[in-house]
Amino acid sequence: MADIQEKITQLCLQAQVDTTGEFPMVTVDDAQWHDLARALKEQLHYDVLSAVVGMDWTEALGCVYYLTNTSTHELLHVKVATADRENPRLHSVVDLWPVANFQEREVYDFFGIVFIGHPDMRRMFLRTDWVGYPLRKDYDPASNPLRLDDETNEDYTCRWVEDEQGNVKKIDGKVFEDDEYVVNVGPQHPSTHGVMRYRASLDGEIVKKIDVVSGYIHRGIEKLCENLTYPQMLLYTERMDYMAAHINRHCMCMCVEKALGLEVPRRAELIRLMMDELMRLSSHLLSYGCLTMDQGATTAFFYGFRERELIYDIFDRTCGARMSMSYSTIGGVVADVHEDFIKDVRHACDVIEKNLAEYHKLFTGNVIAVNRMTGVGILTKQEAIAYDITGPSGRASGWHCDVRKTNPYSLYNEFDFDEVTYEHGDSMDRYMVRMREMEQCIKILRQACDKLEAEGIQGEYCAAKVPKVMKLPAGHWYQQVEASRGAFGVYIESDGGTKPVRVHFQSPCYNLIGVVDLTCKDNMIADLITITASLDFVIPDIDR
Amino acid sequence: MEVKIKSMKYEDFKDNEYIENLVEQLRAGGTNIIVGKLDQLMNWGVSNSLWPLCFGTSCCAIEFMCLGAARYDMARYGFEVARNSPRQADYIMCQGTINYRMAPALKRLYEQMAEPKYVIACGSCTVSGGPFKNSYCVVKGVNEIIPVDVYLPGCPPRPEAFFYALMQLQRKIKVQKYFGGVNRKEKLEGLKYDGKVLQEEAK
Repeated sequence: MADIQEKITQLCLQAQVDTTGEFPMVTVDDAQWHDLARALKEQLHYDVLSAVVGMDWTEALGCVYYLTNTSTHELLHVKVATADRENPRLHSVVDLWPVANFQEREVYDFFGIVFIGHPDMRRMFLRTDWVGYPLRKDYDPASNPLRLDDETNEDYTCRWVEDEQGNVKKIDGKVFEDDEYVVNVGPQHPSTHGVMRYRASLDGEIVKKIDVVSGYIHRGIEKLCENLTYPQMLLYTERMDYMAAHINRHCMCMCVEKALGLEVPRRAELIRLMMDELMRLSSHLLSYGCLTMDQGATTAFFYGFRERELIYDIFDRTCGARMSMSYSTIGGVVADVHEDFIKDVRHACDVIEKNLAEYHKLFTGNVIAVNRMTGVGILTKQEAIAYDITGPSGRASGWHCDVRKTNPYSLYNEFDFDEVTYEHGDSMDRYMVRMREMEQCIKILRQACDKLEAEGIQGEYCAAKVPKVMKLPAGHWYQQVEASRGAFGVYIESDGGTKPVRVHFQSPCYNLIGVVDLTCKDNMIADLITITASLDFVIPDIDR
Repeated sequence: MEVKIKSMKYEDFKDNEYIENLVEQLRAGGTNIIVGKLDQLMNWGVSNSLWPLCFGTSCCAIEFMCLGAARYDMARYGFEVARNSPRQADYIMCQGTINYRMAPALKRLYEQMAEPKYVIACGSCTVSGGPFKNSYCVVKGVNEIIPVDVYLPGCPPRPEAFFYALMQLQRKIKVQKYFGGVNRKEKLEGLKYDGKVLQEEAK
């Protein structure tokens, strides 16, 4: 820790380093931020920008950047603030970490902070005619009533540049050139896996550029959380990436438990881990079903859904719901598992393991599948790291980014499983990573079944004692887990009260849409569907 | 007594004799016929081949996919032909939260559908805004922008509940009169945000 403090002070004299928190925190002025960022990336190997959290501290606006070191997997966070509320400006880091492109647009959308040097400073989630910035503390919700007139397409963009004297100037630009042929896909389209919208510039059938228009399911979850107590806001975690409901909720619980210093009973932690793996299995089966259906293999879709019903039954028996289970709570789980839980899990594992072979026989070797996926939509390892593509999509590019391995949480270090990686980063590899990962899920689940049988008693009390009124000490916490689609992070900032000051969800899918343009470029328009299906994003997780 | 219609007495028909003679003649010639109202035939057809529009914005859509898969298999009821174009669909099953950006698109999709058209508000979000009703950009129930026929609460509803809602819609359709009836009125009146209200607000 002290080592890092020394290194950073060497890089930038004005930077203040605080090592008392869970991760080292650097506070730096905006004037030095870009130089420090470059040094952190190039000299200290903080190659990954894991999260950008926009903040409104009332007296100042700013950002908290979470950086990950790719060799040691250590996290570091940097706080940059500006006191100017009228014209808040920070320097962009898009040139260093391309993932910042969409991340900074999100901050601009919610807080109105303009990033100097950002190439495309437009709104991300809200209507183009939106008034004000909703996540600011002084936002008035009455300023934006429901409007049923159609939104105009955003054809103009702008960027702010700084000259050598430090004067900032706005330069207007265009999203598409005048002679480009632009085709609209979505928001109501069966193959966008939800309400995503793309504007694709085409040359014949070849895609030249894709402009992602998001926000058709933006629900303002982060703002809603600010008016709720900690146990209350758990429900929103399940409604973002509903295919990783248990995992997201687990993450939120862990973050609050970390802040409160709670210890979770071992049995509860084991049950949570099993639920996480079942959820991952269910998610990958859905991904298989949708990817195959997008290529016309409707039968394969039925196969995937047949096995998912087995997992739903397990959830149904233990949690009382098929989806949005609300099972984990702060301090443990709501109740012990159903008495047949272990038997059911073992049965599901056996059936799915047997049927995985059938899936491969049905689809993987199929000539249509091979032709449409092999060598299509390539994402290199460097690009995956630059755009922070975690999860199965990142591992398909050969990046070892599984949080269960890099920063083991829960009980994952007690389990024997492999991190599945492939090399080429094309659609086929992304598909194969998911198929192989299902085998690993089964492996983990079987070990967990043995453990659960050997330890503890059925009907045991599965939650730690928690205070009735939950108050987090003043400070901030960040917790990452490996969700079905990549590293999911929860950021909580508290002022010591019962409600948080700021909650931010770092969703893996949001980074995935950042590479849609990159991976689809120079491919056929029909491949847009297979590429986005193989990236496998869940839209409510993007929009939150 | 061949002519049996619930809403009208037998004596009130003026041409009973003529129809009964006709039926008798046809039967004698070996033809099987049933006498009924055209509405009954229409309702029988419409209610048993309801085609949904694919319109899933969030969680409820996954449960709807389960409905289409093997275990629940909505094809048994004639609901399975999910259409991607509103022109071919009979009803919108509105699955998931509708926010301010999506609202104009949903309204347009509804307007693009051909009559007769129906709406099922599926899940808490579309019924009332659900857990997101305090949000700055969520529509508090789709009934503010389009007329709703069946409300289906749940977060998300179970597939069994989906069937219940669909069967409620079938019941509703089975008592409708398409030909000369009075109970199919323009449904758009009384919406919180119909065209008129918006124009007034603009003034």
